[in-house]
Amino acid sequence: MAHPLEVRIISRRFGLPNSASIDTFLAHQGYEALRKALKMTPEAIIEEMKKSALRGRGGAGFPAGLKWGFVPRQSPRPRYVVCNADEGEPGTCKDRPLMEYDPHQLIEGILIAGLAVDSHQGFIYIRGEYRYLIDIMDRAIEEARGRGFLGKNILGSGFDFELATHTGAGSYECGEESALLESLEGKRGVPRIRPPFPAVAGLYQCPTVLNNVETYAAVPAIILNGGDWYHKLGTPKNGGTRLFALSGHVSRPGVYELPLGMPLRQMIYEVGGGIRGGRQLKAVIPGGSSTPVLTPEHLDVPMDFDSVAKAGSFLGSGGVIVMDEDTCMVKVALRLTEFYQHESCGWCLPCREGTLWLRKLLARFHAGAGVNADIGRAGELAENMLGHTFCPLGDAAAMPVISIVKQFRHEFEQHLNGRCPFEAKGARA
Amino acid sequence: MTAAPGTLLIEAARRAGIEIPAFCYYPGLSLQAACRMCLVEIEKAPKLQTACTVPVSEGMVVRTNTPKVHDARRSMLEFLLTNHPLDCPVCDKGGECELQDMVFRYGASFSRFREEKRHTDEEKWSPVVYYDGPRCILCYRCVRVCNEGMDVSALAIVNRGGRTLIGPNAGGHLDCEQCGMCIDICPVGALTSGSYRHQARPWELHYVPTICTHCGDGCKTTLSVRNNRVLRGNNRDQSGINGEFLCIKGRYAFDFLHHPERLTQPLVRQEGKLVPATWAQALRAVAARFRQLLEQGSAFGIIGSNHAGNETAYLLQKFARAGLRTNNIDHHRTADYAALIAALARSGVRPADRLAGSRDLLTARAVLLIGNNPTEQHPLLAWNMRTNVRLNKGRLYVVNHRAIKLERQATATLRIEEGRAGALLDFLAGQTTAGQPPALQPWNEFRDRLRAESDLLVVFGDEIKGDGIARLVAFGNTLGGVTRYIALGDYNNSRGASDMGLLPGSLPGYAPVEDAVVRARFEAEWNVTLPPGPGLALDEMIAAAGDGRLGALYVVGANPLKRYNLNAGSSFLVVQDMFLTETARQADVVLPAAAVYEVNGTVTNTCGELQRIRQALGTNGPRADLEIIGLIAKETGISLGPVGSEEVFDEIRRLVNGYNVAMAGLAAGEAVPTAPADGRDASLGRPDLVHSSGDTLFTSGTLGQYSDMLEAVRRH
Amino acid sequence: MRFSAQLEARFERFLARYPQRRSALIPMLLYAQDEVGWLSPEVIAEIAGRLDLSVVEVESVISYYSMLRRRPAGKYHIQVCTNISCMLREAEPLFEHAREKLGIEPGEITEDGLFSLEEVECLGACSWAPAVQVNYDFHHEMTPEKLGALVDRLREKRP
Ligand SMILES: Cc1cc2nc3c(=O)[nH]c(=O)nc-3n(C[C@H](O)[C@H](O)[C@H](O)COP(=O)(O)O)c2cc1C
Ligand code: SF4
Ligand code: FES
Repeated sequence: MAHPLEVRIISRRFGLPNSASIDTFLAHQGYEALRKALKMTPEAIIEEMKKSALRGRGGAGFPAGLKWGFVPRQSPRPRYVVCNADEGEPGTCKDRPLMEYDPHQLIEGILIAGLAVDSHQGFIYIRGEYRYLIDIMDRAIEEARGRGFLGKNILGSGFDFELATHTGAGSYECGEESALLESLEGKRGVPRIRPPFPAVAGLYQCPTVLNNVETYAAVPAIILNGGDWYHKLGTPKNGGTRLFALSGHVSRPGVYELPLGMPLRQMIYEVGGGIRGGRQLKAVIPGGSSTPVLTPEHLDVPMDFDSVAKAGSFLGSGGVIVMDEDTCMVKVALRLTEFYQHESCGWCLPCREGTLWLRKLLARFHAGAGVNADIGRAGELAENMLGHTFCPLGDAAAMPVISIVKQFRHEFEQHLNGRCPFEAKGARA
Repeated sequence: MTAAPGTLLIEAARRAGIEIPAFCYYPGLSLQAACRMCLVEIEKAPKLQTACTVPVSEGMVVRTNTPKVHDARRSMLEFLLTNHPLDCPVCDKGGECELQDMVFRYGASFSRFREEKRHTDEEKWSPVVYYDGPRCILCYRCVRVCNEGMDVSALAIVNRGGRTLIGPNAGGHLDCEQCGMCIDICPVGALTSGSYRHQARPWELHYVPTICTHCGDGCKTTLSVRNNRVLRGNNRDQSGINGEFLCIKGRYAFDFLHHPERLTQPLVRQEGKLVPATWAQALRAVAARFRQLLEQGSAFGIIGSNHAGNETAYLLQKFARAGLRTNNIDHHRTADYAALIAALARSGVRPADRLAGSRDLLTARAVLLIGNNPTEQHPLLAWNMRTNVRLNKGRLYVVNHRAIKLERQATATLRIEEGRAGALLDFLAGQTTAGQPPALQPWNEFRDRLRAESDLLVVFGDEIKGDGIARLVAFGNTLGGVTRYIALGDYNNSRGASDMGLLPGSLPGYAPVEDAVVRARFEAEWNVTLPPGPGLALDEMIAAAGDGRLGALYVVGANPLKRYNLNAGSSFLVVQDMFLTETARQADVVLPAAAVYEVNGTVTNTCGELQRIRQALGTNGPRADLEIIGLIAKETGISLGPVGSEEVFDEIRRLVNGYNVAMAGLAAGEAVPTAPADGRDASLGRPDLVHSSGDTLFTSGTLGQYSDMLEAVRRH
Repeated sequence: MRFSAQLEARFERFLARYPQRRSALIPMLLYAQDEVGWLSPEVIAEIAGRLDLSVVEVESVISYYSMLRRRPAGKYHIQVCTNISCMLREAEPLFEHAREKLGIEPGEITEDGLFSLEEVECLGACSWAPAVQVNYDFHHEMTPEKLGALVDRLREKRP
């Protein structure tokens, strides 16, 4: 059920009967944006995208139109469109409903990207755990091909485009764009040295557009209604709406489509129904596990890329993780570090060793075997990683820990008498 | 500071004398940016950048010496030391470890993190390679040198994150060329060698740079010696023609030196059995017989070595020609160098301009490889060809009757039937195009591609010899550019043996023995009259010895009876060698000889590059070939002049065509090209005698049988 | 080694899908594992051969991905997410419960071969936490009771 504060653009077909079928899609403006785009020049499509101020929904928030514009269309090599459906960032579960309930919207967005950069082949890289979504997408691709929206000479326009899914096999790092391309090439998911960026040398070293599921999903609405229309839904530099995944200690966790710039307070207390059991808010991770924590003093921050960055964190992938007063922040730091340690690809030294030793130190500390100097060491270890690693995973691992040590030092100190104070209270976390 | 466009920051800095520390960066191998040691501050970049991946650009401002950079380096070292076992006192790499050096220079002598270290047990991957996981710093050099440099891909990265390790290809074992490149390139003691591990500390060793005694490529190897034993061979300073390259033989197959079956005393046949004798007894026995035969006017046959240095070869032929008055002298010819030089000279080009050096293979725009399997038989030249394709975009064309590994680098490959090389050469040189059977279509295409190349470097094995070489040169001359050649011969001094005149038809430097002018020159120098006509070839000498036409056969460092039969006792057989070979077993007198690693002198590799060999060990019992020949001559009453290696080499420089090289380079350990110019006639007439032994990476003629390491690897 | 006709057909589709054959590696491995139960040496050698890769190259890839297994698992592989969003919603006691209920440690298989257990990282179900995946099926907003009932149901389904 839609929340009244939601602005449902890319989720507008969610909840329709048989929403994943092509007939439902066609009955609700499906592939109309494609028909329109087929009559536009690539330049015009990219222009519309730029006007929309759509920023990548995968985490980094890079303007999508700008990215498409970097692809050298005159290159003699084939160009590829790749969709990042790896959705691995803890706290993030918004690409799932987009594929589950409206797979054709995604296909349509990818097709339009293909038109914009003159590509004839797309791949959707879906994390291995999402097998049922691979099946849904495969079915949708077959349907689309059956109705002439994929394959040769699409809708008689002369435009050819093939699309296929590709399964991951358990690796968060494969969500990082260059690691994803390696994985798509059948290799270990180790990121690449950049530059060159994928727009110039991506899949099979060919120019490649790579965006998140949600980014592509927003494209049909932008083309149909115009970039300006989309832009105005959000704030000046943050066009449109996005799916926020509320999780943790809110009363009504869920995935909500909200305009960019909605204040955090409204998001937690109105959309999310406030803190479960009427407890107090302690901390919020605003953009997936990789982003530094915010505290109640940040409740008035508008949730858009720039404002959250100004508050010292990132809007990231839109995973808003809410923590109440009984949460042990040392435990949070430890659990996040365990995750990054598990997922570090191991390629570069500071991430491989940093996550490992940080995990060991925090585990010992949380278990009550820490000494005062360990608190500083944990922070230093994280600082030693920050900005020094091969890819942003190292930063992602470092930033939350640094912010927790800084803002919750007192909770670390409370662990110095031999046990976790929150576990004593009966709370596990 | 200025640098060529595209130069990596780390290289540009190094060239300007600014050291930027690095583990994973390695010149010539792909970029990794994994160790993060090279982080530097670049103006306008928000974060520190890796100097190993960023190319220099106009106006770039870089700081390598700021507190931020120092902190980053110290952090990286601290991370390394957190897990690295601090077992330096018992680590083979102690004293020559890049991690030790780095810590010494950039601080962080210990880690503040005191959690338990990760542990994995040391693994034996092959007789050559051992891996100690906890010491590994994951710089991936070994993986890259194996994949990119060797094209073997026997190593891979396994697991991920903190459990990442390097793994071998064959279920815990290494199935590979066992070159040991991975060991040498490892900056720490994670990869160690079966021959050296737990043997010594580097500072106790005495280092002797010399030339590998195995194949014809002539790699420099530095022997690490302690207590008159060689403990390892390597080329860590990357000097010499091979740079950092060595194959298993150059690196590990020195152990024949210490083999228990090594001959240490002369043996003299008494009542049908070889029994130990003193040097004096043995020499006297040889000299007495030689004197007697000389007085009787009996004929001698002399067979020389592919392994012994130029001085030995030269002195041996001088002894034969001037002392024993015979041109019955030969050696196992593994390439027809004489025919190549003659064919070039006859076709009107200067041979010296057309004989390529080993390093030319690194830069040649196009290489045509006919026959041979350099991966097995010429590991260095194969490395150079691969490197050329990989780093310099050189094109490689391969013709062979079987599949060879270098085809993987080839631009085009032509498979021909065995024995059809000659026909192909005629085709390549010819004009025929019309009306050919469709089977010739690939030949046509191949020829068109070769003709489109401007300069070609042709490398060929024993498939092409005698007249075939003349056809090859004829083809080369049909091409537009400057065609150059390398003839592939097997052993460390095959080329030298040939150049020095261990041939029945030519004097040193390929002058035909019939050439009165040249002969007169040697006669004047040696103060003798020389036999004017060609002598017997190798097989003819053995046949003649067998039926009593030769009074004596003197074999120095060769094992012809492995291949040919000789009727026992039919003539007096003297064998000078390191082991009791098939030939030595039939000898009347066996003289224990020093190995190449035990003498000074020079050798010439198959490309005609002259290099110095140096004595690494003293011998107790065996004597240097030069000394033995000198002693025999003296006892026999023949004057050979001075027989010290330097004096003989002086004479070589003076008298052997092409060997009048500058001394400075040679003395400094460089490889100096020789420049043969003569070769007016290749009328040796016996191309059938030219054949390669077809050694593999793990064999080396007779010598290889006495290397336990090679034996262990063959069994592995 | 041959796989089922269905899987062979799927492999063919994979191989036709990519401009470079090697791209099919990970999908082939994962679907082969689904059929065979694990990546046995035979499966690895077979797939390596079909893609013209060396065994160590394939092993290197396998050892990178956490879903690819070189050991068998139970018929029902129970994966409990304990990452942050699930942890905040009591995933840890849930995991403890699974351990007790099944009587095995992570990485082990129940004696009847039916179940194996794994504590996994974020499954992408954060807003419906805590989440459990059994093979590829998601189970949301799990409680120890729901998990217990699920295990009982699966046990009974046994032929
Ligand atoms: C460690 C790491 C994991 C990432 N995981 C994902 C992911 O699961 N999904 C995603 O869309 N982007 C992920 N990203 C971001 C991608 O690298 C890339 O920026 C994004 O897919 C681009 O699409 P967008 O511009 O539409 O956001 C990840 C980045 C990093 C560094
Ligand atoms: S390539 Fe030849 S010369 Fe070089 S190390 Fe090997 S055997 Fe010795
Ligand atoms: S040398 Fe640059 S990261 Fe290793």
